[in-house]
Amino acid sequence: MSTASQSSVEDDRNIVTVENLKIHFPLKGGQTVKAVDGVSFQIRAGETLGIIGESGSGKSTVGRALVGLLKPTGGTLRYGDTDISALSASEYKRLRKNYQIIFQDPHAALNPRMTILQSLVEPMEIQGEGTRESRRKTALAALERAGLATEIALRHPHELSGGQKQRINIARALTVHPQFIVCDEVVAALDVSVRGSILNLFADLQEELGLTYAFITHDISVVAHVSQRVGVMYLGNMMELGPTDAVIENPLHPYTQALLSAEPRPVPSDMREDRRIRLEGEIPSPVAPPSGCRFRTRCPFATEKCKTEVPQWREIVRNHRVACHYATPDGRIG
Amino acid sequence: MTTHALDMAVKEDSLFSKFGQWCRRDKRGSASLLVLLVIIGIAVFAPWVAPYSPTEQDYSKMLMEPSAAHWLGTDDLGRDVLSRLIHGASKSVYAAFLAVGIALLIGVPVGLLAGFLGGWVDVCISRVIDTLLSFPAIVLAVAVTGAMGIGLTNAMVSVGIVFSPHIARLIRARTLVVREELYVDAARCFGASTTRLLVRHVTPNAIQPVIVQCTLLLAVALLAEASLSFLGLGVQPPEPSWGQMLARAYMYMEISPEQMYAPGLMIMVTALTFNTLGESLRVALDPTMKGL
Ligand SMILES: Nc1ncnc2c1ncn2[C@@H]1O[C@H](COP(=O)(O)OP(=O)(O)OP(=O)(O)O)[C@@H](O)[C@H]1O
Ligand code: SF4
Ligand SMILES: [Mg+2]
Repeated sequence: MSTASQSSVEDDRNIVTVENLKIHFPLKGGQTVKAVDGVSFQIRAGETLGIIGESGSGKSTVGRALVGLLKPTGGTLRYGDTDISALSASEYKRLRKNYQIIFQDPHAALNPRMTILQSLVEPMEIQGEGTRESRRKTALAALERAGLATEIALRHPHELSGGQKQRINIARALTVHPQFIVCDEVVAALDVSVRGSILNLFADLQEELGLTYAFITHDISVVAHVSQRVGVMYLGNMMELGPTDAVIENPLHPYTQALLSAEPRPVPSDMREDRRIRLEGEIPSPVAPPSGCRFRTRCPFATEKCKTEVPQWREIVRNHRVACHYATPDGRIG
Repeated sequence: MTTHALDMAVKEDSLFSKFGQWCRRDKRGSASLLVLLVIIGIAVFAPWVAPYSPTEQDYSKMLMEPSAAHWLGTDDLGRDVLSRLIHGASKSVYAAFLAVGIALLIGVPVGLLAGFLGGWVDVCISRVIDTLLSFPAIVLAVAVTGAMGIGLTNAMVSVGIVFSPHIARLIRARTLVVREELYVDAARCFGASTTRLLVRHVTPNAIQPVIVQCTLLLAVALLAEASLSFLGLGVQPPEPSWGQMLARAYMYMEISPEQMYAPGLMIMVTALTFNTLGESLRVALDPTMKGL
């Protein structure tokens, strides 16, 4: 995945575009959880977009919205040039199969009462593709492509290991030839010893099939390894989005800087001690997020302006956007 | 990859051989199945199996003890108890399955829809369920039978209606859990319709407690049939059913208590068979319990 992918012509095409996406969950008592509150970004064909952020920042919510599992409360979601809210049910059914998701928990994503083979042929049954025999062949081929022996096709999920189950989830998605896959913490629940091989499988498939990924994780070293661009989320907003190297080597947003300094591994080479920031305090509730800049309650640079004005989503370096009043191209704040 | 070799390796067992494996694994379950089949066989072939007519009266032989001519004796109208028991099997088994069948037919879809759709559909359905459950079952059954007209079929349909909110409530509660499962979301991403989600994913994973409940209800239905027949709402004399025989024997309990043994025992054995089978079915349908 770290290798640049596929046809350069297609690289400029946006496979997914979200504009001002909002996902609010109503709570009992009239309040709402603003899990995602006005996020805009594009995902280009063939790339891997990493999405990082603390727990509860809305990463999974964005991921689920991208594949139509959550209905946007506001904003638009486009697949290519198509606004999906404008599609008829049957058009949407045909289009959505190209946009798949692999979940963190590989076991929960498989119906315990279905054999692996039954799970694998189901997407094709739903889409009305092929015959019984051809679906079976496609399913077994996908199983092999995902690195599993076809013998396990008649087993049930509980008889298999976590790594095997994640491969089955991948194989199941492959049976309908998706273009785009949301990978939501796909290795977090797996044994450390098998994580590498699953990540390699994703990389190989991307290279081979020209897949596009949205790679959600809180492991910055993984994001650094797999993605070309990375978006940083905080409390339902996107704080920074840019090329992975730039974001990790030279983070422009105070939150990203704090997040990276809290991370022991990929310490940016030029990050001197005086620029290291620690995250202090608790993440505020998404039910009543802070006014103005959402990060202001934990930001060492916060001013009056941060309280009253929502920072703009500014492209302060080419292809590198930040939502902070005081961010500068060289990473200093002020 | 040679597809042929690959297909050879992935051969599913035939239903027949799966059944054979089950029989070997679950001895108790297969024994109960055998008992049930015998009871059903007796019910179906009653006219050929029974030594006498179940309704022929002989006032010279009332309330007789078991003898060579009448293995289980005779009842208060001089009818052969064994013959009535054999003919009664079909009525009783029919009654039990009818009631539970109706309960499933109403309860499962209603509970599934309430749990899966949620919102106002759930609120309305749950309200109705709670209301129905607050009535004493037998009173409700009597009322419904009264409205529909007496007779075994109507009586057992009423019992089924009375049972249905129990089923609906059970499956609704499980559906609320299952609909949140990731595999349901995964199927959605492939474009699965609500019907498919319900049939392929939710029902198989929500039905388990209902199966157990059904076997209990089958036993309760046997007794409900007895009560309603006792009240004159079910099987009409002179037709025999186990419940009706038990009810009638009850009137002669002081003179001839052994009259109650035969129908009582049959109701008990059948109820136990249902329970054992239900447990076996639950285990057999749960892939994670294989080999236990
Ligand atoms: N169905 C829901 N109903 C109510 N609140 C929800 C729901 N789903 C998510 N939330 C809330 O929305 C916020 C964002 O959750 P989300 O799962 O997207 O975070 P995340 O970034 O994926 O976190 P993690 O790293 O823990 O997976 C959280 O505060 C969460 O409690
Ligand atoms: S806008 Fe203000 S509070 Fe927000 S990150 Fe920038 S300096 Fe900090
Ligand atoms: Mg998450």
